[in-house]
Amino acid sequence: MAMIIDRRLDGRNKSAVNRQRLLRRYKQQIKKSVSDAINKRSITDTQSGEKINIPAKDVTEPVIHHGSGGIHEHIHPGNKEFSEGDEVRRPDQSAQGGGGSKASNSGDGEDEFGFEISKDEYLDLLFEELALPNLVKTKVVAQSAHTLVRAGFSNTGVASNLNLARTMRRAKGRKIAIASPYSKRCRELEEMLEQELERKPHNEEKIGRLRDELSVLRARIDAIPFIDTYDLKFNQFVPEPKPITQAVMFCIMDVSGSMSQATKDIAKRFFILLYLFLSRSYEKTEVVFIRHHTSAKEVDEEEFFYSRETGGTIVSSALKLMRDIIRDRYPTEDWNIYAAQASDGDNWEDDSATCRDLMFSSIMPYLQYYAYVEIHNQEHQGLWREYEKVDQAFGTFSMKQIRNVEEIYPVFHELFRKEEA
Amino acid sequence: MSEKRKKGRLISNQSDWTFDLIEEYNREIERIAKEVYHLDCYPVQLELISSEQMMDAYASVGMPIGYNHWSFGKQFVLTEKNYKRGQMNLAYEIVINSNPCIAYLMEENTLTMQALVIAHAAYGHNSFFKGNYLFKIWTDAEAIIDYLIFAKHYLAECEEKHGVEEVEDILDSCHALMNFGVDRYKRRTGGTLEDEPLVQSDRELSLQHHVNELWRKLNINIPQEKETGSQRIPPEPQENILYFLEKNAPLLKSWQREVIRIVRKIAQYFYPQRQTQVMNEGWACFWHYTIMNHMYDEGLINDAAMLEFMHTHTNVIAQPDFDSPYYSGINPYALGFKMMMDIRRICESPTEEDLQWFPDIANSDWQKTLDFAMRNFKDESFIGQYLSPRLIREFRLFSVLDDDREENLKISAIHDDVGYRKVREKLSAQYNLSNREPNLQVYNVDHQGDRTLTLRYYQDKNRPLSDTTDEVIKHLHRLWGFDVQIETVDNEGHAEITHRCPMSLHEELELG
Repeated sequence: MAMIIDRRLDGRNKSAVNRQRLLRRYKQQIKKSVSDAINKRSITDTQSGEKINIPAKDVTEPVIHHGSGGIHEHIHPGNKEFSEGDEVRRPDQSAQGGGGSKASNSGDGEDEFGFEISKDEYLDLLFEELALPNLVKTKVVAQSAHTLVRAGFSNTGVASNLNLARTMRRAKGRKIAIASPYSKRCRELEEMLEQELERKPHNEEKIGRLRDELSVLRARIDAIPFIDTYDLKFNQFVPEPKPITQAVMFCIMDVSGSMSQATKDIAKRFFILLYLFLSRSYEKTEVVFIRHHTSAKEVDEEEFFYSRETGGTIVSSALKLMRDIIRDRYPTEDWNIYAAQASDGDNWEDDSATCRDLMFSSIMPYLQYYAYVEIHNQEHQGLWREYEKVDQAFGTFSMKQIRNVEEIYPVFHELFRKEEA
Repeated sequence: MSEKRKKGRLISNQSDWTFDLIEEYNREIERIAKEVYHLDCYPVQLELISSEQMMDAYASVGMPIGYNHWSFGKQFVLTEKNYKRGQMNLAYEIVINSNPCIAYLMEENTLTMQALVIAHAAYGHNSFFKGNYLFKIWTDAEAIIDYLIFAKHYLAECEEKHGVEEVEDILDSCHALMNFGVDRYKRRTGGTLEDEPLVQSDRELSLQHHVNELWRKLNINIPQEKETGSQRIPPEPQENILYFLEKNAPLLKSWQREVIRIVRKIAQYFYPQRQTQVMNEGWACFWHYTIMNHMYDEGLINDAAMLEFMHTHTNVIAQPDFDSPYYSGINPYALGFKMMMDIRRICESPTEEDLQWFPDIANSDWQKTLDFAMRNFKDESFIGQYLSPRLIREFRLFSVLDDDREENLKISAIHDDVGYRKVREKLSAQYNLSNREPNLQVYNVDHQGDRTLTLRYYQDKNRPLSDTTDEVIKHLHRLWGFDVQIETVDNEGHAEITHRCPMSLHEELELG
């Protein structure tokens, strides 16, 4: 008789190890594919995994077989019109083997080996060796945001936390306990009094004495306080640091005439990286897009990246707007605030000093991290020099220059490199 | 068939399977297979698995327990991709040549499909594994599972001791040469797979000793003796390249030799399957067809189930024409099934033509004839022996000659009186593995000089080695440790070095 075994509950993912091996082996290619893919993504799309394409020749396992050339003879089925001795033109190389060509219908032909990696695998690869800066500090800051958690009862506290039920129970208990010798005597006296009253004739003197004593005792019992400080029980709350699991990221970009679409593309990629990275560390990440030329405006993603403005540049306008938004919508006790600013370094000359002051007074103190990237390959201008001062003053500030597309990832990498322990 | 159909006991008319129903189906199928058709099988073990587990099994090329290697991950990823895209149906079954014979049933299948798979795999393939001479000679159904477990553990241990990458390198190299890791003609005497794990540690020592001995002795020889060549390595050309490397490569560590051995053993285990694809699938299809029909005749399954079965069966044995977009060579299921059916037909109701072509089997007992065919042939000889003119006509087979010196392809034979034998002969040759794979052998080791390993490729019909050879020779080089070269010997016997690793400076410059 055959054995029938249900294996369905046995370990799935038998191949998971092998999959990891595959990823490990082709890490370089996959990473390249990942960083290529980043360019095509919407900034907030972090839910999906990524399709990875690596050159098929890298993953083939070579074996020796007969090459083309020489004499081959093959039997095929489905002869329709051929007779022996017929000559037929060679089919095109590309379509060799009749319909057996392996071109796939989804666009990736034989020269690419494509597969999906999950969101987590994708992000792992993307942010390998990176860490959020100042996470430790985040915790320190976060301790100012607390939730009160019930932690039993205490004997001290403020009136509003009084636990009535417990307090009254204790009061009652105390009263019973303190009154107990009197109560006992009372009961005795009452009994004796009753006996005396039943006896005829009344012993008026004894009755009077018993009554006196009784009334004294009753007065004593009544004198026991209804409630005593000793009875008080308060609900106790202890403050527990509330982890801030939400972050807001400010993307600030210069959209003045000097910013070309190419420069903006570089900025976009940088922002995407930052967004992805933040959303890995925080449950909820909001993004605020601020673009500015001479005045700043909060916009949506589409407008942020794709509309173009002309005119001069006043960076401080964006910083002011950001300050206001923080004040209005993102209280620091609830939010971890990150900011990334991309610019071509242009600023109206007098404005740079204002920027520095704004940073010092009303922005940097509230931020977890501020990353400034300058996208150009010329001499630095005023803004850079002013920001250098900010850089020196705040450990949470960093600035880098990006010269071309290839530098985005390295710069990002450098900005968020794991600190050596 | 419906006239003779008995009003019997219908097992079930539902389409979802349950364990009880599978058991009952299996009982009936077993009865029919063994009592009515006298199939000789290993005991059966049916395992129900999910589609994901099926993909796992797929990825490890049907080994129930595979060692870890990235290529299996790649296979899985590919399978998964195709499956999700809907391009490919998962195979309905995977069956392991072991005792007991393990057949996987996928949970998504309907009850009828499960019955089909049981008949096909658990009794069809199973009896083939047990009966066919190649499997009898080359594989140990008793021990394979244990051996695979041993291999997995051994490799895991190696990874721990020597690092994942070291092991991966060796495995990569072995896989590249896997097709050249089999003995084609003669089984080495000695222990069975069963003893493998037990003697493994002893072997490690003695093997290393043997190699040391070999190279030590040789180094004593003085250069003048070189030409006399009293001792040649190998004494005769060796077709099993992995075997040669395992025994003779000078620099390998003993665990590396063992890894080569594992890959070699597994290649050998699968070798009969590669030689009997048409027969094996044909046999299994023939039996699922026959058994299902028998069940229907006995009234065990109803019309609906039969229609579902016929639908699937027809798909499985479909043979697209050469000019169809779905064509990808001859479908072994189609050819095998039709040939098996044809043999039965020749036995039962031969035509004039059959009497001429197959006087031996015409009007014989078809069960005995088929059984004989199953036991004593492989694809090549099976086709050479049994492909009938009638089938050649049915498939409209024709032969195309592709000679790269000619401008056009030539139709060298078709399904006509002059062509039958030619077609049959050529199709038979097409299934001859030694025709399909290059004849590459270890020829010589320059053991008195720089230890260059020379392989010889005996060229047939002017066919060169594939471009991938340059990659594979690097793997050879890694295992051998010294220079490796391949000499191509043409039909006239001229030998010329065609591949070399490492490449000489001159060649590298040329390529650069």
